[in-house]
Order: sequence, then C-alpha cells, then structure tokens
Amino acid sequence: MPTRFLAAVAAALALVAGPAIASQPMGFDEARHLLVRTGFGPTDAEVRQFAGMTRERAVAQLLRDVRTAAVTAPPVWVSDSAPPRYPRSGTATEEERKAFTRQWIREGLELRAWWVQEMLSTPSPLTERMTLFWHNHFVSGQQKVRFGRLMYAQNATLRANALGSFATLLHAASKEPAMLIYLDVAQSRKGQPNENFAREVMELFTLGEGQYTEQDIKEAARAFTGWSLDRDTGQYLFRPGIHDTGVKTVLGRSGRFDGDAVLDVILAKPQTSEYITAKLWREFVSADPDPREVKRIAQVFRDQDYDVKAALRGLLLSDAFWAPDNRGTLVKSPVELVVGTLRQLEVAPGAALPFAVASAGMGQSLFAPPNVKGWPGGETWINSNTLLARKQFLDRLARTDDAPPPTAMTAMTDAQGSRTASEFMPAQQRVPKAAVAPQGAPDEDKMRAQRFVQQVDRGLRNVQFDAAQWVARRPGTTPEAKLRAAQALLLPLAPVTADRPHGDIDAVAFVRATLLDPAYQLK
Amino acid sequence: MDRRAFLRSAGALGLARAAAGPLAVFGAAQVAVAAAPAGAHYGKLLVLVELKGGNDGLNTLVPYTDPAYYTLRPKIAIARDQVIALSDRAGLHPALAPLNAIWKDGQLAVLQGIGYPEPNLSHFRSIEIWDTASKSEEYLQDGWLTRAFATQPVPRSFAADGVIVGSSDLGPLAGGGTRAIALADTEQFLRRAKLAQPGAAGRNKALTHILKVESDIVQAASHLEAKAALETEFPAGGFGNAIKTACQIIANPSGVAAVRVTLSGFDTHANQPGTQARLLAEVANGLSALRSALNELGKWDDTLVLTYAEFGRRPKENQNSGTDHGTANVHFALGGRVAGGLYGAAPDLTRLSGDGNPAYALDFRGVYATVLDRWWGMNSRDVLGGRFAPMPFIA
Repeated sequence: MPTRFLAAVAAALALVAGPAIASQPMGFDEARHLLVRTGFGPTDAEVRQFAGMTRERAVAQLLRDVRTAAVTAPPVWVSDSAPPRYPRSGTATEEERKAFTRQWIREGLELRAWWVQEMLSTPSPLTERMTLFWHNHFVSGQQKVRFGRLMYAQNATLRANALGSFATLLHAASKEPAMLIYLDVAQSRKGQPNENFAREVMELFTLGEGQYTEQDIKEAARAFTGWSLDRDTGQYLFRPGIHDTGVKTVLGRSGRFDGDAVLDVILAKPQTSEYITAKLWREFVSADPDPREVKRIAQVFRDQDYDVKAALRGLLLSDAFWAPDNRGTLVKSPVELVVGTLRQLEVAPGAALPFAVASAGMGQSLFAPPNVKGWPGGETWINSNTLLARKQFLDRLARTDDAPPPTAMTAMTDAQGSRTASEFMPAQQRVPKAAVAPQGAPDEDKMRAQRFVQQVDRGLRNVQFDAAQWVARRPGTTPEAKLRAAQALLLPLAPVTADRPHGDIDAVAFVRATLLDPAYQLK
Repeated sequence: MDRRAFLRSAGALGLARAAAGPLAVFGAAQVAVAAAPAGAHYGKLLVLVELKGGNDGLNTLVPYTDPAYYTLRPKIAIARDQVIALSDRAGLHPALAPLNAIWKDGQLAVLQGIGYPEPNLSHFRSIEIWDTASKSEEYLQDGWLTRAFATQPVPRSFAADGVIVGSSDLGPLAGGGTRAIALADTEQFLRRAKLAQPGAAGRNKALTHILKVESDIVQAASHLEAKAALETEFPAGGFGNAIKTACQIIANPSGVAAVRVTLSGFDTHANQPGTQARLLAEVANGLSALRSALNELGKWDDTLVLTYAEFGRRPKENQNSGTDHGTANVHFALGGRVAGGLYGAAPDLTRLSGDGNPAYALDFRGVYATVLDRWWGMNSRDVLGGRFAPMPFIA
C-alpha cells in the first residue's frame, strides 16, 4: 500500500512538472496557458493545435514563427521625406502651431490604429508581445517626440530586433531618432553633456538601479555627445565636432570611449543579462522572479550573445512557467485585454482605432507611455476607474439585448468617449482637449474632436459579436459541454462570480458573466 | 441657532473666522475634532483643485507696482487699475473678483513662489513630481495622498479614501492600496458601478487586488447619492459641474478624506489674456459655489481647499501673446479655518535663470506638510521622506 501510494504521488508529480512530462502532449490547459502568456487570447482552434505538442516542440514552434516586420501596411506618411521641423518657439504663428499639433495627433491616431490592427492580424502574436515589451523598455513617447514617422521608425526597429540579439537591439534603439529626442541626447554636446540618456540607459535599459555611480553617469554622458540628428532627414547623424574625445572611466573601464563603446562596457556586465532576464520573467512567468533561476537563464542568455530567443526558451521551459500556482496570476494589460478579447471571440472589427482608444481609456495609450519608466503594469493596471472602463468595454461587447434606450446610451457613451478621448490626447496638446470639454463658442478643432469621439463610439458599437453563435461553435455535444469549453477558453482560473456551466443557462448571459468575472482580467 | 446656521450667517455677514474671533474658531475646532475618527483627523476634508496645463501665476497674483513685470509683458500684463489689490504691491487678476469675498473674510491664503529645486518643464514629468511629491530626479510610484493614507489609514466606514472628479488619472491618489474612486458624474458612476462584482478573497495576489477594487467601487456606490439636495446654484460649464459633483460626494454622511477636481486649458502658449480670464473666472465662481455649498452642509470649517498645477509660466511673454512653461507659481489655500493673507515671496523678476525663470520661494512639499501635520495631524516626514516646514496658513 505505501509503495503504491508513493508511486501514485510520483506519477502525480510527474504530471504537473519535471522532465518526464516534456515528452508528453501538453493538453488543453497547458497549451492555453502558453498561448495566453506569449500572445493575445488564443482561439479554441489555436489551443487545440498546440495541445497535441510537447512543451519543447510548442516553444520551438512559437520561436521559429516570429517575424521581423509587420504584415499590416503602415500609414503612407511614414516614408515622408520632408525635413522634420518643430514650429519655432516664439516665431511660429498660432496657425502654424495648430496645424503642427493637428498633424502629429492625426499621425499618432493612425499609428495606434495601425499597431492594434497588426496585433489583431499578425500570425505571430509573440512578435507583437515582444515589440510591446521593448516599447515599454526602450521607452519614448509621442508627447515629446511628436513626429509620427520617428515613432514608427522606432517601432520598426524594435520589431526587427524583438527576438534577435539584445546587444544589437540596445545599440540600435539607443540611436533611434525618437530616443535621441526623448532623452535629450540630440541636445547634448561636448562641454555641456546632457545626462538624461546616460542615466536611463544604465538605470532602466540595462543594469538596473544601484549598479553604477553618479560618476559613471557623468562620464558616460560625455561619451554619448556627438550622437545627433540630421536636420534634413531626421536620421541619426554622428557629429564629430560636438563629440567629447577625451578619456572616460565608466564602470571601472577607461578609454576614449564613444557611445557604442560605453554600451559594450555595459553589455559586458552580468547584471545586464540578469536585469533583462528578470524583467522578461515578470512579463511571462510571474510577478516574483526566482533569483536562482534568473541567474541560470541569464547565463545562457549572455553565453548565446544575448539571443532573446535563448532567454525566452529558458523562461518558457522553466518549471516556474508551468507551475499551476503561477497560472492566472498576471494582470492582462489593457492592450492584451482588448486585442485578446477580440481575437478570442473571433471578432474582426472594421476599424482598429476605436480599440486603440479603448485601451488608452484603460490606461495604455500606445506610443505614449507615461514616462521613461514606461507603464508600471501588474496590479497598477487596475484601479476603480480602469476596472470600470474594462468592464464597460466587455459589457458593451457582450451585450446584445436589453440595451439602454438611445438617449441614456448616448449620454453614457458621450461621457465615456470624452473621457477616453481626453485621456488619449497627451496633456500638452491643447486643441482637441478644450473641445472634449466644450466651453465657449464651437470652433473647427472642437468639432473635429467631437467627430472623433463619435467615430470612436460608432466603431465600438458597430462590432458584431453574436455570443449565442460563438458558444454554439464551441466543441461539445451538449449545451453544458459547450459552455464548459467556453469558460475553459476564457478563464485562467475558476470563475469568482460567474455561474459554473449548467444545462439551462442562457448562452449570451453566460458569456457576459464570464467576461465580467474578475478572473477574466487575469492571464 | 445651531452651529451650521451660525456659520452660514456668519459667512454671509462676512463675520467668519477673523471677525467672529478666536473663541468661535476654537469652538468649531473642538466640534470637528470630536467628530473626527481616531488617528489622523480625516473628518477634515481636503479638496485639491488642479489647474491643469500650468496656470500663469504672474497674471494671477499681479505684482502691479513692479516695473520689471510690465517690461517683461508689454502685451499681456494686467494693468494696474484692473487688479484687485490685496496689498500695496500684489493684486488679483480681475476675473478672480468672486474670491474677494473669501479674502475679506480672512479665509483665503495666497501662496507665492511655490516650486521645487531643479524644476522640470515637461507637463507630464512635472505633474508627476507634484502628484508623488518626489524629488526632481526621483520616480515614485505612489501618489502623496496614497502614501499618507498608507501611513494613517482612512476609516473603513468612509465611502472612499478619496474621489477624483472628472479625470481618469488618479494623480495624488495613484498606486498602492488606497480606496480611490474616479468618476465624472455621480449618476454615471452609480450606473457603471453595477458592473462591479466583489468576491471572496482571491486565490492569488493579483486576483485579491482586483476583488478589493471591485469592493471599493461597490462600497463607494452604496454611500453616494446622485442628487444631494443643495440650494447653492452652481455655475454652468464643466468646472461648475465638477464642483457640484464634488459637493454631492462631500454631502454623503459617511465621509471621504480627499476630493480632487480638475480644470484644464491653462497651457496658454498663445493668446493668453482671453483664455486665462475665462478660466480664472471659472475657478473663482466654482470656488465661491463650493464655499456656499459647504457652508450649507456645515462643512466649510472642516474643509481645506488647495489649488495646484504642474508649473507656473515664464515671466517674459512670447511673441504669440502667450507664455511658455515656467517654474515658481502662485497657489490658493482656502477654507473656514485658513488664516488668510499673503505667504511666501513674490518672484524677483530682475533675477531670472538662464531659461528666464525665477527662483522658487516655497517648496510645494511644505504645502503638503501643512496638510499632513496641521490639517490631518499626522507626521509629514513619514509621507514626504524628509522634513518640510509646514506653513502657517493653518494654525
């Protein structure tokens, strides 16, 4: 009896973790977990396709299928060749300023719509998740950069290197014009080095706080002088005339370093690979990185020339990634919630912009992270305001009957739409913001902003989702089995408030309750 | 005559505080302290008014005898005969006339030269510095009120720790475990709150957090009424509505510790005079209505109203009859127990920095220390991470 008991325990353990299982097919729940964590809300078909694979094979396939370019065509203006010029403070007329503001806001909207569309249609959700990860790592924001095409260029660089070498990415992202503007390197010159980028590159992009001194920052800032922009093309340009050619001492190494040399000094530090690995752990595995595991995976990451795929393979095949205790413990970001819901419910909206705006209303406005530290994420995604915004979005999607009468609906969406739109518009931006809280006489910009709010609103309302049809397409031979399959796909944990499936629940009400369940916010 | 009626008539007669004398004030304080919960005195309300975009302080409190002021602003200066003189050197923008009654009652403190070292001129970054009470180079996650409420919890019986009206960023209430509610309109909030679903403790930390927020929403919704009966007439427009919503929230008998309202549009890079006059009139009319409604509710003596903004504006006007981002600024503190008067020092316009901005006289964290130490009776050092001298506008 004890022997049999031990054997049973061993078998049970082997079923949840350990190398024995790696040669077994994952099954539905594990496949779902892998795809939710590395993508945006998988469909039932996608989960089932992966369920028959081993973990190794599934991870290999995800990493093999990554892309380096978007499938969605970008807005045409990204290849504009006019010199990027800001209106000159003091001399530009108000009309010129307004026109400039209108243009970059319009570009920002088109850019957000483009990226959300790419997330909705990409065959490699992992590519977009990693691009988003780097967007929140090598942060720049359109609030300061303004030019849409510079934000686009940076996004393309992040995607091209998203699953390549972190070392290559670090060099490339640091020289992106958007970064040079955002962290003031473009204004730095010999004799008057600006320390902003030098500080953030060590604190946020590579080593992490406490791994360098103030003196390291001062010296590194000297090395980055000369990194500049070509005024006519907006491209990166090295200007030897303003570069400090003297000897610098950074992190204990001395030499006539330029910016690239300093980045290489930083990359040689093991802390860099550990810092990045820990951040990837928080993105993909759990909120609390295991220091020993991080060290182990970071070593592989560094040994393989900072190959991001090697780090991800290590993380996705770690025991912690698969531990049942770690499932359903991460909060979906607004973009994951919005894109994931549409993908999972197999809804293809006509226009992506309303969904970019919806995400902004929940606290994640793409191309406009709050500051150089990016969105803090995790539990901070959820407060009373953002949670109600999430629920209202889900409610609106799931609700097909008993819609409020048109007047109430209009009032509600106007208020929500206005709030969302104003949230969406960066604070510096003066024109449409005044418009979304109308005061005084209407003007062109005000009407433009109102039209925008209405357009967004229509986009959200026009989404066709038929919950009954969707449930009917679930696998299973009985209504109850179909509901069970629906819930297993949508929730990472047992529901908190939604009913468990039983035979005579209305399918539409069931889907709505499941989407509104607190557990739906988790992945 | 009950206390509420007494204060109302005292206010109406211009007798409040200064005129009514120290005994009446002391009496009111006793009542408030007795009614307040144990620990910090959250029976005393804080109302924050954000003047988003960076209000131009120099045309708010005008140094009308300073020739440098008129030299720097040939087009947009407020003429000497237009200002509402508060002293022989400083006067209010004429659009702020409705505040004059509060000033005369000795309940309006004007705080001059508010700023911080190494000022940042980005809207985003500088408001974050104000909201988190951080140093210029320091990034903090939690708002300063969030940290205060973590140090000294607000009683669970309150409808919420704080309510943000008409804006979706939680500002000083961001982060942490604060029970912060953001709403634009009470009725709309109550309608949407029906989607919230509190549950038992979650199976993991993230789920527990979500369930807590769901519960906060439900609790706030259960205490708020959409239509508190108030006789005060609120000004039309967005800010008047926000003040009205704030008063409906304050009217709930279970209490909130802090309310924040926002008026946007102060980023006046061009054609400042008309825009700022309109906005300041909204502020003054809104604050006047707020005082009237709080007197009606018997809460004016237990309320401290503070204005704030990310920064002030540059003394020298630009070529578009506007002003660019600046540093030191003017702010208001008002309430039944505020010691009215001018505080701090007017900026020295003959000594501007390389980018044309004046030095600050008072650190904004000293204003927060006044709230924490003197208004709520807690230790500001625990919250602000350092010692900042409270200011005497609260005795």
